[in-house]
Amino acid sequence: MLSFVVRRGFTSLVILLLAVSLLFGMIHMVPGDPASVILGPKASPEIKAELNQRMGLDKPILVQLGSFYKNLARGDLGVDPFSDRKVSDIVFEQLPYTLALVLAAIGGATLLGIPLGCFSAIRRGSLLDRFTALMSVGFIAIPSFVIALYLLLWLAVKWRWFPAMGAGEPGDYVDQARHLVLPAIALGLGWVGYIARLVRASMLEVMEENHIRTARAFGLPERTIIVHYALRIAILPTVTILGLGIGSMLSGALFAEIVFSRPGIGKLLHEAVITRNYPVVMGSVLVTTAFFVLSTLLSDILNATLDPRQRDRRNH
Amino acid sequence: MNPPVLDIHNLSVDYQTELGPLHALRDVSLLVPEGKIIGIVGESGCGKSTLISTIIRLLAANARIVDGKILFKGDDLLGMGVDQMRALRGDEISMVFQDPMTSLNPVLPIGRQMSDVQHRGKASAAERKTRSVMMLERVGIPDPETQLTRYPHHLSGGMRQRVAIAMALMTEPSLLIADEPTTALDATLEVQIIHRLEQLQRDFGCSILFISHHLGVIAELCHEVVVMYAGEVVECGPTREVFLNPRHPYTRKLLECDPARIAARTKDLPVIEGGLPDLVKLPEGCIFRDRCDQSVARCATERPRLSGAGHTVACHAVVCHPVVCNLAEHPE
Amino acid sequence: MTGFVLVSVILFVTVFAAWLAPFDPLEINVHNRLSSPSAEHWLGTDQLGRDIFSRVLFGGQIALKVALVAISVSMSIGLVLGMMAGFGPRWLDRILVISFDTVRSFPTIMFALAVVALTGPSLNTVIGVIIITSIPVYARVVRTQTRSLRERDFILAERAMGASTARILRDHILPNIAAPLFILASMDVPAVVGMEAGLSFLGLGVSAPTPSWGTILNDGYSYLRNSPWPLIAGGLPLIAVTLGFTFFGESLRDILDPKMRKKDQ
Repeated sequence: MLSFVVRRGFTSLVILLLAVSLLFGMIHMVPGDPASVILGPKASPEIKAELNQRMGLDKPILVQLGSFYKNLARGDLGVDPFSDRKVSDIVFEQLPYTLALVLAAIGGATLLGIPLGCFSAIRRGSLLDRFTALMSVGFIAIPSFVIALYLLLWLAVKWRWFPAMGAGEPGDYVDQARHLVLPAIALGLGWVGYIARLVRASMLEVMEENHIRTARAFGLPERTIIVHYALRIAILPTVTILGLGIGSMLSGALFAEIVFSRPGIGKLLHEAVITRNYPVVMGSVLVTTAFFVLSTLLSDILNATLDPRQRDRRNH
Repeated sequence: MNPPVLDIHNLSVDYQTELGPLHALRDVSLLVPEGKIIGIVGESGCGKSTLISTIIRLLAANARIVDGKILFKGDDLLGMGVDQMRALRGDEISMVFQDPMTSLNPVLPIGRQMSDVQHRGKASAAERKTRSVMMLERVGIPDPETQLTRYPHHLSGGMRQRVAIAMALMTEPSLLIADEPTTALDATLEVQIIHRLEQLQRDFGCSILFISHHLGVIAELCHEVVVMYAGEVVECGPTREVFLNPRHPYTRKLLECDPARIAARTKDLPVIEGGLPDLVKLPEGCIFRDRCDQSVARCATERPRLSGAGHTVACHAVVCHPVVCNLAEHPE
Repeated sequence: MTGFVLVSVILFVTVFAAWLAPFDPLEINVHNRLSSPSAEHWLGTDQLGRDIFSRVLFGGQIALKVALVAISVSMSIGLVLGMMAGFGPRWLDRILVISFDTVRSFPTIMFALAVVALTGPSLNTVIGVIIITSIPVYARVVRTQTRSLRERDFILAERAMGASTARILRDHILPNIAAPLFILASMDVPAVVGMEAGLSFLGLGVSAPTPSWGTILNDGYSYLRNSPWPLIAGGLPLIAVTLGFTFFGESLRDILDPKMRKKDQ
């Protein structure tokens, strides 16, 4: 198990470093000198020279890459030219809001989706099953920001069931929870149906397998068989899918934050792009990418914990 | 004198199909006395699987039990409710399945599965573990404590089957049903498993219903043998008797085809001509008639019933004595 | 069935938008701003009095143009790279796979934003980003299929007879990949259209006053409290397209899959 974790961890690290290098490299791939790109074409030569000096943009690329990595290792993501605050401070201030949103969405989707899929498999062809089937195709296809907009329109503005803006009063958990509901639904709705269908398909397959027949032949209670024997295997694809899906969730979170005017990395990034605040753009994308890579790693590890067959596989 | 462990009377089971009911088992009767090993032999499609599924009542959704009684120690299984049946499974009646690769849950350690099998009874986790270790030793698995923590895919086929046998015997059932337990294993393993099974049966004193199409194994292990063909029992009796003195044409052909029996070098392996009959549209008369070389006129019209004492057979050609049949008829 | 119908309608309406649109999508008529749907304006008007229905029709042209270009380019490049990875030497495979994984390790919209921050908003940038992030998806599918087919007996037989790699790829691998690839492409349309709409919604795609479903939604969002109609109207075509193509893709899969399985046997 340990060797598996080490192996996967190493691969993740390599990919992350490559991704980060790509981000760093992008700024140099664009025509024009980096300072103009960052500050805009209207910046005066003096300001550009100052930026060049401060960020070392006039040194050769490899030196820049080196100091970039050095800073990265120290956790230094640069300084925001507008507010003079450290980028890492700004980003990590906003991160918890986004995390809360993504976790709420995933939590809701799995808590609803897994039982839904399980029941659909056991009661095949029932009304519930057919409803789940329809829902699964329907909502996952529609872009989450459209769902977010419609939720905002009806549930927040028209009927006022939920707040339309912000994250709620700090310290007041109930208020914050209320502010989470609509964005989390917008993010997670598509996933409920998708997870349900995935679990249903896996369950149907697993229930046909020989070892389930063995368990029945030993008189194990049906409940034990469904939950501890079948579902345990049927959940595996869900874990993988969720790990991979966090990426699209982060993208969706960006929209949800903008539509519902919630603080978070998405909102931060959007504003930074509009104001061409390149250090903040870089910092935000870097942190979210790192988070994504980390979550795929965690989902692989979780997968291996639940399914011991995965640990011993060399290739994939 | 205790009642027989299993006493099946005239069991008939159909499967509902698009083409009509498929008569998988017809009028099957057999007896498993206490402490004996009874073998069921027959080719694929003879109804062995349906028979077992019916005994433990884990039939497919489209199966219908049309008629018959299955008496387990005197009680009719077919009259029991779902919960009653479930109470018997894994306690009084245990099973060992054919394919060790897929019969064990791949994501749970062996120890957990063996402990789950003991879910009835008030034993503590430690007690269950001790018992599991003991059973693994009985089936000849080395270093049982370690094996409990391992997963099925870590074990070889032979080991997995031993684990399956250990699990089946752990609750000391009255009846062990073994569905071709050695078919997926190679010959040397097969011998080991069979010997182990023999020994365990002597120690535990349970009855075994042993299904196989490997005649040598049946001969080695079973006290009595039941020959099935296309859903019917065609011959039945003490193993030695039936194999040395086969009376049904099918049994005779089966024995002829057994590769172990071939004495001289030949180019072609012997086969039984023809194929299995259509079980939806049953032919009139004897089910084996199309492939039989000894049929008489009666075979076309009247279904033969099991008759005889000790060594029974369902065949007109055998019982057809000139005195009994019409003298004007000649064997075809 | 629903899928086929919806897709056909969408394609027809989009291609013939210029003829079907009752108004010029850019025509401003401030006196009639933010009106509700009526006989004259089927979906009402936006904050500048422009007919939303016409804008939606032309927005469809943009959406489908983006989808067509992005998907065909990324599918082609993905096909080539995937076959190279699946059929070529181990080292090439490793490099390609790491590249795919690296590109896919960015959350897509975040990556798009980073690029736009550098190059400025434009529809071509959007298409470019979509292509770059889609290539690994197609490439992976092609790679998996190629790898599994590579070991099959009939391929080994061909190689033994001296068939060149190009020929094997063209005559044997390609036909087996075509079906899953097309299914993937049709399931990809909703994602691509959604991405373009999303980026335009954020103001990073097409520039005003060009109508894209995203910009219509953005306008609707800004004027939400004045009139809900622009918002509702902007979302409808997106829902239609995403649902339509998804159903279409599923039907396609149902038709092609059993045939594929039979072919395997």
